[in-house]
Amino acid sequence: MLGILALFAFFVFLGGLVFKLSSWFRSSLRGEREGFKRFVIGFLSLGRALFSAKLGLILKVLLLDGILQRRTLKESPYRWLMHVLIYWGFALLIITHALGKLVFEDYISTTFPHALLRDLFGSIVLVGVGMAIWRRIRKAPTLRTSRMDLYAIAAVLVIVFSGFFLKGAKIISYKDYLRMVEEYGSVGSEEESKALEAYWVKKMGLVSPREIEEALVAKGEEIHQFQCAFCHANPRWSFLSYGLSRTLVPFAGGLDRVNFTAKLWWVHILICLIALAILPFTKFLHLISVPLSLVINALWDPKRSNSLNLKTKQMIELDACVHCGTCTLKCAVLDAEKPLGNIRVLPSEKIEPLKRLVSKRKLSQTELQEILQGVYLCTNCLRCTVSCPSGINLQELWFEAREALFERGLWEPALLSPLSFYRGLRAEELGERYDKPILEIKEKLSRRFEPKDNVLQISEEKGLEFCEATFRGCFACQTCTNVCPVVFQYEKPEEVLGFLPHQIMRLCAMGLKEAVYGSEMLLSCLTCYKCQEACPQGVMVTDILMVLKMETLKALREERNEIRAISGV
Amino acid sequence: MRYALFLGCNIPARVPEYETSAKFLLKELGVDFKEIGGFGCCGYPFRVIDLTTSLVLSAKNLALAERENRHILSLCQCCYGTLKKAKKMLDEDLSLKNRINEFLRGEGLNYEGTVEVKHLLHVLYKDLSLERIREKVSNPLSDIKVASHYGCHALRPSSLVELDDPSDPRLLEELINITGAQSLLVNKRLECCGAPLLGTNDEVALNFTREKIADALKNEAEYLCVACPYCKLQLENFQEKLFGKKVLSTILITDLINMAFGLQKAH
Repeated sequence: MLGILALFAFFVFLGGLVFKLSSWFRSSLRGEREGFKRFVIGFLSLGRALFSAKLGLILKVLLLDGILQRRTLKESPYRWLMHVLIYWGFALLIITHALGKLVFEDYISTTFPHALLRDLFGSIVLVGVGMAIWRRIRKAPTLRTSRMDLYAIAAVLVIVFSGFFLKGAKIISYKDYLRMVEEYGSVGSEEESKALEAYWVKKMGLVSPREIEEALVAKGEEIHQFQCAFCHANPRWSFLSYGLSRTLVPFAGGLDRVNFTAKLWWVHILICLIALAILPFTKFLHLISVPLSLVINALWDPKRSNSLNLKTKQMIELDACVHCGTCTLKCAVLDAEKPLGNIRVLPSEKIEPLKRLVSKRKLSQTELQEILQGVYLCTNCLRCTVSCPSGINLQELWFEAREALFERGLWEPALLSPLSFYRGLRAEELGERYDKPILEIKEKLSRRFEPKDNVLQISEEKGLEFCEATFRGCFACQTCTNVCPVVFQYEKPEEVLGFLPHQIMRLCAMGLKEAVYGSEMLLSCLTCYKCQEACPQGVMVTDILMVLKMETLKALREERNEIRAISGV
Repeated sequence: MRYALFLGCNIPARVPEYETSAKFLLKELGVDFKEIGGFGCCGYPFRVIDLTTSLVLSAKNLALAERENRHILSLCQCCYGTLKKAKKMLDEDLSLKNRINEFLRGEGLNYEGTVEVKHLLHVLYKDLSLERIREKVSNPLSDIKVASHYGCHALRPSSLVELDDPSDPRLLEELINITGAQSLLVNKRLECCGAPLLGTNDEVALNFTREKIADALKNEAEYLCVACPYCKLQLENFQEKLFGKKVLSTILITDLINMAFGLQKAH
């Protein structure tokens, strides 16, 4: 029965794994269908790397970053200890306990050293999990805990604790004792039987409903040594289970009546098997995806690597994120989350919606807008990428996501902010795709804010209060316009730039600031502060232009969100 | 004076040599500086996205430096301009300061207003004085011609920066001359490098870059001296696109002084 169940769980696991692996080739941020091609190229590249001098590098990365967790240690010794305790502890539990019969020739879980090792590794895992919980609650309160994080912690806890309880209950169980005596022992007389029982109650933690005669303990020991000791070491070796068994003593009779040990055994086994079966769809997939991500990124050469492989790599990376939050703690714009009320500004919180996006699961309009803004609000400081313990090139994921989302018709006005400097540095790489988003958003902007439509609107001066409304002092002497190096670029600047700086200041003074929202001047301002420097009236020309640009981009974004909310597109 | 070295986002990711050379120089000059782990974005790009967000980002950095009782020493001019502007806005408006501080409270931070914001040029020129730099020059760079590029926020708006005459400054030339190199007073030395428009209006951005480099070349400059990672990236990265090949080396002011101090590098 157990064998069949284990095989079944294993095959479900394999099936899930194949499905997951194939999704790495099937899906992409842009949503193209080129799975087979990517599979072939990816496979060939991997093969080439494995049978080359790079094998040494691969093994080194697997050892240092995989097994020894070097990248985590670099970020935080606490996290390293925490993770290593869980990781190594659980791995050793699997090897020495779950697979004990396959690993050891004569594995009997109640003998020494197995009885000790199991409890030792189990407790190591528990300490690690305790540290993980402490970290999430206390050490890093900015961390978000997702349902998947809770599942991971809960799964490990339930597996380990059910094991400890099972062992503890077995130690005290009279029913199990009688079964054992019947199956393996040969006690002739009633006295011998009493003697053995007396010894087990005194020395082996058994709880018996019968009276025990102290005098028989010595004799019982003889029988024990002869018949039981071969399979049963002192249960105190299983220190945690034994301790736990002492707290169960008062309930011993009741537990036996409900057949507790047999039931708990099934619970323990089934939970382990279920966890194995669904592993590919849980956080534990990182056992496979993280080493892969580490190796691929170690081998990756942005100049030479295939662009199809990049897509596959990024899909693996999405699955390699364990939501540990290291990137978020390092993120340069971490503090933008609260004022903007958008959790997707945080790098660790961008992964989940991106995963849903590539696997074509549904995102609400709000979620779409949040992730869209989230991937744009990045200063490309590289800190997330450098710090990621899974070796994920996060910054490149955001970069790709921006381009991919645009191709899916999702645009973001923040593209017209200085955040796009980095994109500008990579213009050549993007080739023809480079100009399109810039021009398109500008066009939307000029169409939305065509001066004619708005010229009579008299608006509040909200926002401009920061510039102390200095525009009121403007008497249109045009000095700002005359010193503006951008205006100077053009023979007929008003044709290209719309309103010129002095006109914008005058319109503001007239309460018509929205009339200038569509003006290219706002977008083409270098913020070199020459105009502000030159103004004889102390108008904060540059600062005002900047505020107006901000208001324009915000208004465009709000309008886009409204349209999307209504049309659902 | 004690400083908190503010690197911003561009330097560690794309201009790491600026960090190395600035730290070397500051150590040579005996400046007491320290890096603060929690520093993040200065808020510059967010000024056209959301003003509150921009101010929160600035204020966090200011508050962090303040907690360490250090003044901010920025190597980037955009960071410098943004932090300085944010400081002014927060200092002048109590209700704004309180509103922004609300966002920082969760992290146990509070911006008071005691911290000063300085750019490297300010520290070299004003806080340290040219004399102290001159004393250390052991390897005068006698044979090179260096054009100066100030970068916008080192000078403007002067009411905020108060460093040098915004229409005819001399500080960068003086710093260059101290190294023994010959500074060139080129026409476009006060112009923008074009970086703020890169990614949104490349045509205009690259026009500025082209004119700047062409102007320096016309004056037979061998180097173009910069003091900002944006300027450095902008003036360095597009030469092939604009001129077909690399025509002029940019040099960080820190590298130039380090060379005069006898550290062999780059030359």
